[in-house]
Amino acid sequence: MQRARCYLLGERAVVLELEPPVSLVSQQRIWGLCQRLQQNEQIAEVIPGMNNLTLLLRDPQLKALDAIERLQRWWEESEVLLAEPRQVEIPVVYGGAGGPDLAEVARAADLTSQQVVELHSSADYVVYFIGFQPGFPYLGGLDERLHTPRRAEPRLVVPGGSVGIGGSQTGIYPLAAPGGWQLIGHTPLSLFDPQQQPPTLLRPGDSVRFVPQREGVC
Amino acid sequence: MLNILRAGLMTSVQDRGRHGWRQYGISLSGALDEPSMRTANMLVGNAENSAVLEIVLGQFKAEFRRDGWFALTGASCSAELDGQPVWTGWRLPVKKGQVLSLSMPTRGMRSYLAVNGGFAIDAMLGSHSTDLKAAFGGWQGRKLQDGDQLPLGKPTRRFGHRAGVRQLLWGNRIRALPGPEYNEFTHDAQDAFWRNPWQLSPQSNRMGYRLQGSPLQRSVARELLSHGLVPGVVQVPPNGQPIVLMADAQTTGGYPRIACVIEADLYQLAQIRLGEPIHFIRCTLEEALLAKQQQQRSLDQIAWGLAHEDRS
Repeated sequence: MQRARCYLLGERAVVLELEPPVSLVSQQRIWGLCQRLQQNEQIAEVIPGMNNLTLLLRDPQLKALDAIERLQRWWEESEVLLAEPRQVEIPVVYGGAGGPDLAEVARAADLTSQQVVELHSSADYVVYFIGFQPGFPYLGGLDERLHTPRRAEPRLVVPGGSVGIGGSQTGIYPLAAPGGWQLIGHTPLSLFDPQQQPPTLLRPGDSVRFVPQREGVC
Repeated sequence: MLNILRAGLMTSVQDRGRHGWRQYGISLSGALDEPSMRTANMLVGNAENSAVLEIVLGQFKAEFRRDGWFALTGASCSAELDGQPVWTGWRLPVKKGQVLSLSMPTRGMRSYLAVNGGFAIDAMLGSHSTDLKAAFGGWQGRKLQDGDQLPLGKPTRRFGHRAGVRQLLWGNRIRALPGPEYNEFTHDAQDAFWRNPWQLSPQSNRMGYRLQGSPLQRSVARELLSHGLVPGVVQVPPNGQPIVLMADAQTTGGYPRIACVIEADLYQLAQIRLGEPIHFIRCTLEEALLAKQQQQRSLDQIAWGLAHEDRS
């Protein structure tokens, strides 16, 4: 089993950090452990990360240090969470005004824009965790040929719904934000709605596929 | 109704924050100076987690459209109600039509205004706090603007007299625990972190306090994977200038964490003025937990004192 390091962050947060490398199997165990921890009375919140998880104690006065030992044991007992993955399709208009960097990504990969779209939309991606923005999915599974460095000058505003590539990752910006990713398309789908329960479209473990729309490059 | 005549630089509706949603990427939000927020609510007989206005650097003016009681806490600013002085840390009566105005504080950054009965605003995801980045919660998901009309709740209590409390004091010595990557920084950087004063940069906001000083070097080049973040974490991006994460910080990040400000001292940061120096004081977990207990006791004493006074 992958070795784990547990430590306190501040006085309330306890972190479980796995040794590299990142793998889907250990991430699945992290989801499983998160689910189990959420049922624990003494735990206020659990935040899954990439190859790690952070839990927040409801009352750190109750032996914060013991929590480290317990978390280590829970990890050892934890099981892979293999819930039926939900399949979520994300319609994307590739290129054009919503995907101004598509040509740049194609040039860097020595491909045509059509080939980039084909590669990007033919893979099944897995949501490893949600972070950075409400509903922002960190997706695993980007074809290596599409790995593209972030822009040298980050944009001051990336519009909500933008689909982008940053290094070895691809993702969708639910809300407008500054950002350095290469933008290859845009989805009309809402990824975050505070009026809905749950408020985000995607959850860890979901399987995501991008579906090119006819209005864009496809 | 509270009629906002002058919203000021940055006035937002806040409570204790939106707990339990960080796994969805939703930030905590909430009052940066939580003890002042709670004290304001206690003074006017509201639940401690009721919505208040967080007013940054005064310069705020509002007209009350109903009678009631209000309290102003936090920064020391000269405030007036129709020209009569208003003391911070006091509960005062107000008549319909009276205008409260705050000028620039002489000390501190943030004032908290609570009104008996609170603000009649719907909670979103369990909180009244404004998430300014994601634009939801609070008042229309944004900071207040001139002309906003905030509905007030029904007063739940009647008070016979004014009452004042001794607010928590604040300074610029901020206690912190070493962070998980503390040992990845050079000895010089570790020394500098505790020994040197840090200047609070004008680019600081509710997401993070950016500090300026001699850059902190890491002796390890390892890249970190994204991990969960909490307010108080002091992260060091590649430029070596630390950032203290505040209530609106994003939920995950990947910069090395040199330290974590203890919970009991976060409110002090909320009141430090831009450009002022900050000193980090290393402490132990036991000291951090004790400080939190003591802070809770001080707030309990305020609550007890008010309850006692109201009965007499």
